[in-house]
This record gives sequence, C-alpha cells and structure tokens, in this order.
Amino acid sequence: MDSSATDGARLPPPRAGSRLCVRCGERKAALKRPKTLEQICRECFYIIFEDEIHQTIVQNSLFKAGERVAIGASGGKDSTVLAYVLSELNRQHNYGLDLFLLSVDEGITGYRDDSLETVKRNEIQYGLPLKIVSYKDLYGWTMDDIVKAIGLKNNCTFCGVFRRQALDRGAALLKADKIVTGHNADDIAETVLLNILRGDIARLSRCTFITTGEDGPIPRCKPFKYTYEKEIVIYPVYEISYIFIFLLFLFIFSRIEGDHFIPISENARMSLESKYSSLGSVDDECCRPRAILDIIKSGENFRISTTTRMPEQGTCERCGYISSQKLCKACVLLDGLNRGLPKLGIGSTKAGARADSDGKQRTKRSERNTSSLQGKHGNFDF
Amino acid sequence: MCAGCFRAHLFGKFKLSVTSNAMVRPTDAVLLAFSGGPASRVALQFIHEMQSKAIQSWEASNSQALPVFSLGVAFVDERSVISASLPGHEIQAAIEDIRSVVSGLSPGDKRVHIASLEEVFSSGSDDKAARLKEVVGVISDETGRDDFVRRLRMLSLQKVALENRYTKIMLGTCASGIACHVLSATVKGQGYALPADVQYVDTRWEVPVVLPLHDCLAQELNLLCEIDSLKTQQLLDRPCSGINGLVSSFVSRLREENSSREHTILRTAQKLKPFSFNKFSANGYHDFLPSRLRPKFQNIDANECTFSEILCLICGSPFSESELLNLENTKLKAQKKIDLYTAHCCQSCHFQILPAATDMYGHFFSLLPKFWTEKVDAASASHSSLRDQIADYLLDEDDGN
Repeated sequence: MDSSATDGARLPPPRAGSRLCVRCGERKAALKRPKTLEQICRECFYIIFEDEIHQTIVQNSLFKAGERVAIGASGGKDSTVLAYVLSELNRQHNYGLDLFLLSVDEGITGYRDDSLETVKRNEIQYGLPLKIVSYKDLYGWTMDDIVKAIGLKNNCTFCGVFRRQALDRGAALLKADKIVTGHNADDIAETVLLNILRGDIARLSRCTFITTGEDGPIPRCKPFKYTYEKEIVIYPVYEISYIFIFLLFLFIFSRIEGDHFIPISENARMSLESKYSSLGSVDDECCRPRAILDIIKSGENFRISTTTRMPEQGTCERCGYISSQKLCKACVLLDGLNRGLPKLGIGSTKAGARADSDGKQRTKRSERNTSSLQGKHGNFDF
Repeated sequence: MCAGCFRAHLFGKFKLSVTSNAMVRPTDAVLLAFSGGPASRVALQFIHEMQSKAIQSWEASNSQALPVFSLGVAFVDERSVISASLPGHEIQAAIEDIRSVVSGLSPGDKRVHIASLEEVFSSGSDDKAARLKEVVGVISDETGRDDFVRRLRMLSLQKVALENRYTKIMLGTCASGIACHVLSATVKGQGYALPADVQYVDTRWEVPVVLPLHDCLAQELNLLCEIDSLKTQQLLDRPCSGINGLVSSFVSRLREENSSREHTILRTAQKLKPFSFNKFSANGYHDFLPSRLRPKFQNIDANECTFSEILCLICGSPFSESELLNLENTKLKAQKKIDLYTAHCCQSCHFQILPAATDMYGHFFSLLPKFWTEKVDAASASHSSLRDQIADYLLDEDDGN
C-alpha cells in the first residue's frame, strides 16, 4: 500500500483550541487538509502535497532518467498543477526528465483559444517548452471542417474519437517516451463507480492502473492518482499566487476565473458522468475524507472471475492503435471524411452505440506502431 | 403482465435460486430471518409454499424415502440499540403480528424465535443490554456503528440457529439490497472482500446463509405484497445514516431513472471472483439432489482446491493481500494480545469501528463477546506451538562445527 493511500488511515487526536499546525507545531494552521482533515500551515501543505506525489512516482517507478515526457496540458487546473509540480520535482529530485507541454487544438473556433493561452502562459512561467498539435496536423481536418462536412448532429462523435487518440499521436510525432495526464484521485474513484454502474467489467479491471499502455510504444502515467482534487485546487492558490488570503476569500465565495481555472466546455463532459457525479459528494456529506482512496483501493483489489469473458484487444492494421476491429474507429471515420462520405461509420445503431460507449473511456492505450507512423515527420497520410 | 403471471414470475426466480444453488435439501432445517419488511415477508410466503408442495408430494408418494425440510422463523429484537425511543408495546404488538402470520401458514409446523441483540453477549456478563449499549457507544463513526449492528444481527441469528439445530439461515436480502452493498463496500475500500457478500450462498458461518431472493428487486417485492395483501410492518424501517444511507438514497435515484440499473450493478459484481466458501463443498452434500442436477455440482467440487481465508475479526471479510502482510508482520513482533486483535481487523473496521484513540483498544475488545477474541487466541496458540515444534528440529550452530 502506498504511503499516500495510508495517510488517511488515522486522524491525529484533536487538540482543544489548537491553532498551530499539527505537523510542525510552529506556524499557524492555515487550512484543514481535505485528504486527512488535519489542520496544517501552508508551508507544510506544500511539502506534504509535493512529497506524496514524489512518493507515488518513486514507488511506482513511473519514470527513468533520460526519458522524454509529454505533459498532457489542457489549460485546466489539473494539468496546470501537474506541469508545475512535475517540473519542481524533476528539479529537486534529479529525475533527469526532458519535460514538455503537449496540447491538442481541436480547431473549434472560440473554444480552445483561452485554454491554449493559459498553457502558453504556463510555458513562460514554468520554463517548459510547449508543443501544440492540432487535429489538422494529425488528421488533416479541423473540427470546424468536420462540422461543415457532417453538420451539427454527429460531430461530437468525431471529436471524441479523435481526441482519444490525439495525445498518443501527438506524443509519437514529437518522439516522447511517456505521457503524463492530470487524472486525480477523484477522477479515478468516479471511474470505478461509473464502471460498476454501467456493468463494464473490462474497464473496471484496469481503470485503477497508474500506468496504462505499458506494453505499447508510449505508456501513459497518472502521477496524481492518489492526489485529491480539492488539494489540487488549493495548491495553486497558495503556491503560484502569493496573495493567498485574498484569493482564498474569492475561492470561498465565487469561482475564480484566473489562469488556473479556465472552464472546460460543458459538452466535453459525458452525460453519465455529469448525472452521477453527485456520488463524488461522498466525502463532502459524510466527512469521510478517505472515501476517495478507499474506492481506489477497492478498484485495485477487485479480482475478475476467470469465467468472465473479457473482450479481446488487438491493433488497428492501419495506424497501430488499440482496437477490437481490423480498423480503429478513428481510421474508419477518417476514411469516411477523406472519401467524402462522412457518415461512414455512423450509419448503424450498433456502431453508434459503441462509439458513444467508447467516448466515455478516459484513458487510451496505444500499442505497437506501424513503420509509417514511426518514420514520418509532419502529417500522416491516411 | 397480469397479477398471476407477475407472481409466478417472482416465485419462479425464487425457486430457481433455491434449486440451482442447492440451498435447501430435504434433510435441512431452515431458519428464515424475518423483519416484517416486504422482502422477508415474500421469502416467508415462498418458502412456505415450497414446503407445502413438498409435504403434499411426500404424503402422496408411496415410497416416502425422503423427508421434507422443516422451517422456523426468527425475529431479531433490536430495541437495545435503537436510539429513537420506540415504545415497548409497539415491538410487542409487532411480535404478536408475526406469530399470527406464521401460525396462519399451514401445513407444516413453524416455530417463531424472538432473539435479542444482547443475547450475543451471553457468556460472562450479567447486564447484557448495558454492555451492548456501551460497546455500540464506543463506536463514533455512524457507518461503523451501522455495520457493527448488522454484524450483531447475524450473530444473533446464528445463535438461535445453533441452539435450535437449524442447518440453514435464509435471508430476505434482494437484488436492490445487494446492489447497495456493492457500492457501499466499494466506497469503504472492501473491493477484495465484496464478492463474498453478493453470492447466493455463504458458508463462512457455522450455519450457512442463503439468499433466495438474490435476483428479485425491492420494487417487485413491494408490489407483490400489495397485490397479495401480505401484511408488512415498517417498524424497523429507520433511515440509516453514513455511507450506507448515502448509497441507499443514491441507488433509489438511479432506480427512478433506469429500473434496470440495480441489475447492472449486481451483474458487474457477479463477474468478480467468488470465494471458496461461496458454495457448498462438503463431501456428500449433494447426495440428496435430483439426479439431473448432481453432475453439475460434482464437477465443481472436484475442480476446486480449497484454502482457508483469513477473516476479519469484526466483520468477517476475507483479508486482502496487504492486510495479510500487515497481519504477518504483527504476529512476528506482537507484544500484547491487543496488537493481535487489532491486526485481525480489516482496514475498513480499523477505521470505522475501532476507537480512534489506541489506548481505548483494550477497553473495546474487553467489551466484545468472548468467542470473538477466543478465535484469535486459539489461532495464536496454534501458531506459537507450531513455532516451538520447528525450533525442536533445528540443529544448534555449535554442533555443525
């Protein structure tokens, strides 16, 4: 069991009228830590927050020295904090990683612009090179082009399918060894519950993996696997902005719209996730801070019966990504677009249902590359 | 679907559960746990009907080779731990109602047993109710208290069953209750142990526990009680709080939106690996089954290799790998019995049932019924005697030189 996961095991005995940090006993307590409900000062919060992530990285051997690591950067709070913390830990603990920010531009006028501006600011603030790959680069089509071709009704299918692979394709294009994403403990716990509710035993068996696609060319890692979303929200208020009292006040009474809280499009949220995210209030309503970690621990401990039939996973014969069919969904859709038959692959109800189901998957594995993918620079010729 | 077909449909599911899992044999004495709610009321009705048909067949049969299983009913009186003051006469009236319901079911004599939670503390205690109140009062977490009382309820049923020579305990737990348990156990970090509680059969206990309404929804059972005018009581329908209450209300909202969601949750959990105690594997158990069913069970028996799971001292959940490691480490360096008792609790009970202050452990374990901690004592004694035997066979280093 990771130290992060056991931190919530035992609350310290409450001290009557305690105003000092329970960790250092010197400075004034500034917050009640969401993960453990301990009252700690902000200096200790930095140390604990960063050290837990460091322990997660070390104990799970996420990286090796010399690796080139792409940070999936959306401009949202998770990837912003991830970029900063990973950069700091890389410097402090000499991981020896070559870090860069990787963003995907879907080519939706007016939507991604603000988010990408945030990532560009992060590039300057953190000294990390930023690479933006667009759907145009990867697929030859922007989402605006796709909407023109197919109309408003089905374009979300294209965007979801393409986005799922875009990080992997972009990372391959830029010769990364690994991808890191900002999925946090709340995301993973939510995924465990969603897969139980949907009856998806295949995803239930792997949704708690801290590294996915380990057998493929570019594994994908989640250093924030045991990090609470609330703490990710609190961290930049303290660390990156120095007027912390003022911003803390603003945070309590209003949603901060600054650099670190660009709103993600509501359309990007899957309907099932939105409906059932109220279960994420488990730790809110019951004051049970370790519920999130407990859900993850349950997900890790589930053992699938050997009599359960698991779907076979193969690779697309054209681009090499994971697929249960000969051609992956992205290639099928792309083929339709390129042939002037954009509704190809959306025609049947079954295919539509499957695409919708696939769209809910958060992480995607990639397996062996085709030579055309490895050798090429610039656009892929599909 | 008309009322008759609906009823036959539910009874068919009940009967299929019983037969295909070999829940009840002709030689069995079955104790039905009855709370007065819709599920246990339907279970009582259905098992009674199975018994009636068996009796008719037995009387009509010439050979009379096999007996008919017998049936008893148990109601657990939880007045001692109900925080809201419930008038005693209401409980008494409920008990009288239960007796009249059971006596109205014929043929087949059925005894009614009224068990109190505090009876679990029978050995070595003069004031059982006070002791029960104290041990429940020590548990500060609402969810932990709820789970602890559930455990006591099962122990109470076990006690009644053992004292009255019943061979099976039948619960009215339905698909909806199991779905709630799946989510609750997941939230409590009990993913490893979860499959143990969602199967049809559970032989961890001295008297095995069976769930014949495993595939029926609470909504369906409620509807059947209305259709058949089966009288139910809301006496014990108190809102549970904590994680269990939250999950229960959550599942209710899911049901309103999609009535098959509970079955989806159940089906997901059934794809997890069950434990060896989730089926009957004793030699000769299936001898009384109809010949067409016997080969299926015999094949299963041959293939399975049984190994004993370590179970949590408090809740009886199988230990996961990390919990086993922790237990082994504690055994090596344990100074006091309290440390062993503590290590025999799973992480969930450690958090939500054991007192937050470690100096309270001794007090808490001293309040528990003796036979709980005696298991750990016995296991510990056999462990140390085994270590002594190994030491006897080891050669001294000096002799080797």
